Formats: sequence, structure tokens, C-alpha cells
Amino acid sequence: MDLEQLQRIVLDVIQQPLTPAERMRKRTLDGRPVKKIVDEVIKPNDRLTSFERLEIYNRVYWFRLLSSLMEDFPGLRAIIGDRKFEKLSVAYLSDRPSESFTLRNLGSRLEPWLRKHPEFTPKLPKLALDMVRLEWADIDVFDQAELPKLTANDLSNLGEDPVFHFQPYLRLLDLAYPVDELLLSIRQKEDPESDIASNVVLERATSHSEKSFVLPKPKKIYLAVHRQEEDSTYFKRLEPEAFALLRALQQGKTLSQAIEESVNWTHGKVEDITEQLHDWFANWSSLGWFRKPAAE
Amino acid sequence: MPANRFNGYTDYGVGIGLRIPHYNHIFEKKPVVDWFEIISENFMIDGGRPLKVLDQILDQYRVVQHGVSMYFGSAEPLNREHLRRLKTLVKRTKTPWLTDHLCWGSVDGQYSHDLLPMPYTFEAARKTAEKIRQVRDFVEVPIAVENVSSYAEYHVSEMTEWEFLNEVVEQADCGILLDVNNIYVSSQNHNFNPFDYLNSIAPERVAQIHIAGHSKFEKYILDTHDHPVLDPVWDLYARAIELAGPTATLLEWDDRIPSFEEVHQEALKARKFHKGQQQPMQKNGLAAMNPLSNANANLYASEKARV
Repeated sequence: MDLEQLQRIVLDVIQQPLTPAERMRKRTLDGRPVKKIVDEVIKPNDRLTSFERLEIYNRVYWFRLLSSLMEDFPGLRAIIGDRKFEKLSVAYLSDRPSESFTLRNLGSRLEPWLRKHPEFTPKLPKLALDMVRLEWADIDVFDQAELPKLTANDLSNLGEDPVFHFQPYLRLLDLAYPVDELLLSIRQKEDPESDIASNVVLERATSHSEKSFVLPKPKKIYLAVHRQEEDSTYFKRLEPEAFALLRALQQGKTLSQAIEESVNWTHGKVEDITEQLHDWFANWSSLGWFRKPAAE
Repeated sequence: MPANRFNGYTDYGVGIGLRIPHYNHIFEKKPVVDWFEIISENFMIDGGRPLKVLDQILDQYRVVQHGVSMYFGSAEPLNREHLRRLKTLVKRTKTPWLTDHLCWGSVDGQYSHDLLPMPYTFEAARKTAEKIRQVRDFVEVPIAVENVSSYAEYHVSEMTEWEFLNEVVEQADCGILLDVNNIYVSSQNHNFNPFDYLNSIAPERVAQIHIAGHSKFEKYILDTHDHPVLDPVWDLYARAIELAGPTATLLEWDDRIPSFEEVHQEALKARKFHKGQQQPMQKNGLAAMNPLSNANANLYASEKARV
């Protein structure tokens, strides 16, 4: 058995989901006997069998990854409850094992996965999906680059029908539920500070009681998830026209095309939008959302 | 000996890990600290608050990077994105040396996010050494590999852990981040004498030393980094300093983190071993320190609900 074969066997066992009692399962999900597999690879000692020795790593794997998802998605957890959250997390991680060297990206594929698996959020699929989109956007903008901002002088010299470039830390979300309020209320109750380091066996995140938050009723909102002063992420609600305009601009459309798209999308009037353009751009510019083009 | 080519010919003293709960204390009180160790992966990002904090720290303190996911021992090729981001961070921190673990943790692009023990084979040593060389050539700073704590051993192993460590660092011509707590933990889990391990390593390759606390369970010991350093580990540290000289030392405290002062004071206990380094160690004392001489060493309290 060469190094690669051995490592593939060991990781396969470590990634097998735990039993309900949080122990290593006796058979793999596809029915192979774990003891036989492990006995061939791992030495026993005077206190632990081969199975028990590898079980330590199996449990640590799941506790570490589940704790990480619990920290990253407290909003989803509050919506569906701890037990369903764990079930969802195990299914997600089994389908989509981490392909990144950093745990930061563990939830990066949760939204598309959840769209294919609404069975894990049967009662409130849209609310759960909205929360996942918001929580991932929040994680993603937190450590994006801040590029040189467009100055007032740059703005005045853009020409008649300019294209705008945005900071990497701006995300636009159209949401069916006001999940921003829910997430902020959850955060106020939880300690957001944690750290990840070296060879530490992480404790599982403590569970908060289910249904301790009032879940919101449907209400369409348009949100910019962004960052200010390189510190915290912020949620800024936008008017539908402003959202549509920004989204089109972010997609690389010219200003006139973006105005047209906003009008079409909101069934509004061009005059209503152009009337507000100055204020919107002044605000977005003061928030530092526009950056200089890469070529400059 | 403490300043050598594996730690960039520096003499850094006693440091602690840079941890979020201590940020306010550090920025408000500006405590005197020899150096901080950062977890590289926490700062291998494009922007935002973590890098702003790091830049503030770099203005006032010396920083050494410690990685947790390079996985020198994984059979698969190095992750280019990881390397690129690591090099960018190295340029930012100007770390005199770089450390990561002698372990594996990924297969076919899938990551365990754990420090999995190596099979101690000649094939593994050769492949691991080759990857260490590749990383060093790319990031252009000296590299020291850390011995990990482990809970399992493989049938295919052809040598002891310390023989494997020596084989790898010789072939890679790299340094050692000697974690004496990990040696102790593994010695208890695998029934070997930790002093045999210590006495076998090449002291001239020791770039840095880690000390930490661990947790005892009924049938094994876990490397939890959530306690003060325990006496058997201090005993090993004393021997390590005797062998390698007063080497750059770092206390790891990563869970249930107490106040900055408590962590720093615990770390600074290491200095007394540096001062006493000139005094010859008594052999009887060493024997008495051997944890295996304690018949109850492996009979610990019932398992916590942590693992």
C-alpha cells in the first residue's frame, strides 16, 4: 500500500458520518465493515483498538466541521433549530466535503446545495435560503480586498455614459424575508469572537435554545452587504430602483443601460430614477463602493 | 545555537500566540512581548479587519507565521493557491522563518482540517521532504516542521516517529519546530519514553519550541491547548533547552483562553529554563522526571464530552 492509497483509506473512514450516539459507525455508508478496513491500517495499543484510535479522528473531524458551520450560520440554525441544522450540515458536508485549505470557505457551497435539497428546510425553505445567502455574503465580504476608491474628481470625469467598477466587498441581495433584522438580533445574543489554531481539538459550539427568536414574515427587501473602514460588515437596505440600478452596474452595464434595466424591472419611470441619481451616487460614493478601474 | 539558519539567525525569546480575545489589551496596554506567532491561514486573505489588525501588530511587534494546513505529508501535490497566498503574507509579515506541521490532511483535493499522523515510511519521508523543499523554494524563507501529537499509528511504519522526523529534516534540510507538549502527548498515547525522542533529534536544527497544555482522558491524552503547561512538559522543555540552547519559544493557548496577562505570565515561565541553561542537568533528576516512571501515568479521569 503506497502513501496515497493509505491516506485515501484513512480519510474515507474519517469522513464517514457519526452514529446518533456520536461514535464511529460500524459500516460505511455503502455497507463496508469499518473494523476490517481500520484493522488493516491502524495498529492497536494496550488501551485502544484500531477502531477506537481512528474513531478519535473521526469524531474530531465532525465536531470541528460542525462547530465551524454552527459559528458561520447562526441565523440558519435559529430558523430550523439545532437538530435539523446538524442533520443538514452532515448531509451537506457528506455531499460537499471541504475543498479549501481554510475553514473560511466551508459554507461557500451551501446556498447552491440547499437549493437542490429543500427537504432539509421543509417548513421555511425560502426563509432558510435567504438567511444562508445573507450569512455567506457576510462571511465573504468580511475579508475581501479594498481597492483604490473613485474620488469625486474621478466621478466628475467619467463621461456621458460611464461604466462603474465596484469594491470586491459589495454584495447585492434581493430577499423575500427581512433576514437582516433576524441575523442582527441573533448576533446581539451571541459572542461572535472565536479563533482557530493549530492542533486543537475544538469544542462543539454550545447550542442555543430553539425557537428563541421570532421568525419574520415574508417582506421583500433589497440589501447591500458591504464593509466600512475595514472593520465590520454592514447591511444597507436599498429602494428597489436603486437595487436594480446597482445590480445592472455591477454586471458591467453602462449607466444608461442600468437606468433602463431599473425602469423595466420596477415598472417605474425614468424621471423618478434620474431625479434620485445624484443622491444615490453621492451616498454610494461616500460609502466607498466605487473603485478605480483595474487598468489605472 | 538558538540563532541558526533555520530561524533566520534570530534570537526571539519567549512569545505567545496572537489571539482575538487579546486584541483590545494589546492595543490599549501595548505590553512588552518578545514576539507573536500568528496562524498564517487566518491572514491569507485579501483585506478587511484581520489584515488591519495584523498591520497594527507588525508596526510594534515581531511576528512569526505558523501554518496549519500546508500538509507537507499529503501525497497529493501542493495547493498553488495556498502557496501564492502564503507568499503574499510572508512578504507582509517579513517572518524570519515559517513553520507548519509534519503531517498530512488532504486527499484528492478534499481537506480534513486536521493534523493527521504520518505513516513512518521511507516513501513518506522522501515525498514529504520533497514538498518541504518546494515550499521553501517558493516562499523563500527558512522552514521548520513541527512534530504533531497523535492518537493512532500505522502497521506500515518502518521506523519510530523521531527517526522519521530526522529522516525528513535531513532530506529536506529544514528546521524543526519542536513541540515538547506534542512529544509528551504522543509518548503517553504510544508508550514510548519522551526523552528517547528528545535525545535523538538534531539540536542544531531546532528553530523554535512550542509548549502547551493538554487534557487527560481515561485511555489517552489529547492536545487541547486549553490549560497551563503541565510539569512533565516543563521537564521535557528543560531537556530541550539543555540540548538546543535558549531557543525561541512559544506558548500555545487556543481554547478557553484566559486573560492576556495570564497567558503571557505562563509563557514567561520558560525564561527561567533559559537562565539556568548553563547549569548541568542532574541525571537522577531526569530519570525522576520521566513520565513513564509514574505507574499511574495512563490512568486518568473519565473522558470529557469534548472529542
